[in-house]
Amino acid sequence: MAKETGSFEVKVGLAEMLKGGVIMDVTTVEQAQIAEQAGAVAVMALERIPADIRRDGGVARMSHPGMIKEIQAAVSIPVMAKCRIGHFAEAQILAALEVDFIDESEVLTPADEAHHIEKHRFKIPFVCGARDLGEALRRIGEGAAMIRTKGEAGSGNIVEAVRHMRSIQGTIRKLTVQDQSELMAVAKELGAPFSLVQQVAKIGKLPVPNFSAGGIATPADAALMMQLGAESVFVGSGIFKSEDPADRAQAIVAATTYFQDPAKLAAVSANLQGAMPGLEMSEIPAEERLQERGW
Amino acid sequence: MVATIGVLALQGAFTRHQATLERLGCQTVAVRYPRDLERLDGLVIPGGESGTISRQLDSSGLRQPIITFAGEKPVLGTCAGLIIMSRESAGSQVQGLDLLDLDVVRNGWGRQAHSFTSSLPVTLNGHSEELPAIFIRAPRITRVGQGVEVLAAIDGEPVLVRQGRHLGATFHPELTADTRIHQLFLRAVEE
Repeated sequence: MAKETGSFEVKVGLAEMLKGGVIMDVTTVEQAQIAEQAGAVAVMALERIPADIRRDGGVARMSHPGMIKEIQAAVSIPVMAKCRIGHFAEAQILAALEVDFIDESEVLTPADEAHHIEKHRFKIPFVCGARDLGEALRRIGEGAAMIRTKGEAGSGNIVEAVRHMRSIQGTIRKLTVQDQSELMAVAKELGAPFSLVQQVAKIGKLPVPNFSAGGIATPADAALMMQLGAESVFVGSGIFKSEDPADRAQAIVAATTYFQDPAKLAAVSANLQGAMPGLEMSEIPAEERLQERGW
Repeated sequence: MVATIGVLALQGAFTRHQATLERLGCQTVAVRYPRDLERLDGLVIPGGESGTISRQLDSSGLRQPIITFAGEKPVLGTCAGLIIMSRESAGSQVQGLDLLDLDVVRNGWGRQAHSFTSSLPVTLNGHSEELPAIFIRAPRITRVGQGVEVLAAIDGEPVLVRQGRHLGATFHPELTADTRIHQLFLRAVEE
C-alpha cells in the first residue's frame, strides 16, 4: 500500500502529539532516562545545557552524533537535537541520524547571519524559536512544524518567554478583528508572508502548535506559560541545574497538565528543593542575549 | 439526545478530538480527574506519548475508574490511546488497561522519519470505503485475540479494531477532516 512520508501534515502531526507535555534538555543517557521516567514527552539531546553554554562561551555546535545515538538507544520517547541557525549540513546529519525533531536554535552559534534553513525540503520536522508573530510566520513560511518562544535560554528567568508569548498572542488577537483590507500593511510591518497573515487572521491561532521555551525553572513557570497560551513547554537548564532533577521534572510534568488547578500546583511544588539560580536580565549584556540571534 | 463524550486530557492531542466530536454535535469534557467521568456517555483516549499518559493514569487516580467506566460504556483509543487500551505492549513504559485483547509494539514503524499518510481501505457499514489515515510513530499490532474484529489493515496488519463496544485505531482520525471513525464510535455510544 502506498505510504507517503515527510508531508507537512505528518510533521505537524508529531507536534500535535507532544501537546500538554514537557520536553526536557538532557546531556547524558542517565539524564534521558530520568526525564523519561518523570513523564517527559520528548528529550532534547545536547552536549551542554544553555546555562553552561552561556558560562563557557566559544562556538556552540550540533551535538556529537555518537552521543545522540546513545540517547536514542536508551529511551523510547522522541529524541530531538539542535542545529545551528542556517547550518543545513548539520541538519542533514541530524536527519540521517533519524532524530524525531530538529531545533534550529539560537542557543547554538549561528552559521548564517541572513538565512535560516529551508525546512520544507527535509522529511524531519523542525521547531524554531520566535519572539513575535512576524518571526514565527517567517519560520513557518520556511517550513517549521512547531514554534516555541525563544525566551532567554539558560537564564532561569521567565520574563522574556512571557514577553514573547504575550507579543505573539496579542498580535494574533488584534489580527482577528482587523479588516481584510488592512492585512497587507500588517504583513509588511511584521515582515511575514501575506498568505500566513491571512490564515492567522482567519483561524485566530498559529497554523502550527505554539510551545514555550527559555527560562522555565519551576512548576509555576510552566503553569504561567500554559495559561498564557503555550501548548507545551520546553525545560532546558531548569531541571538538571536544580538540586532535585527527578522530583522537579515530575512536578513540572504535573504542572503542565494541571496548569489551571492552583491547589494541585501547590501540592506538586511543596517538597521541591532549590530551583536553578537565575539571572536578572540586566546582568546579561545585550551582545550575549541568545534571543537576538535569528532573522 | 446530545451525547457527552469525555476526552482524556492528561497529555496529547485531546483538543483535536474535542473539536471533531463537537463538530458532530457532541458535548465534550476534558478528563483530568476521576470525577470528570461522571455523566459521560463515552470516553476517548487520544494520541500522545503513551508512557507519559500511562504514568499520569496512576498519579491522577484515573486508572481504575476508567476500567470500571469501560465495563459499561464505549472507549475509543487512537495511537497512544490504543496502546493504553491493549493488554500487552512489548518492552515498554506502558501498563495497559486490558480493554482490547491485543499485543502491540510501540513505534513499530520506526522513528518520525517513517511516519506516513495512506489511503486506508476500511469496511464500516458492510461495504468497503477509503479513509485518509495519518500514522505518527505509530504502534503495530502483533497479535489480536479472539473476539477482536479487524476493520482495516495495511499490508495485512490490523490498524483499526473493534472488541465489543470498544474501538481502537493505530492512526489519527482526529488529525483529518474526515469524521467517519468518530461517527462509528458514536454509534456504539448510542447503543
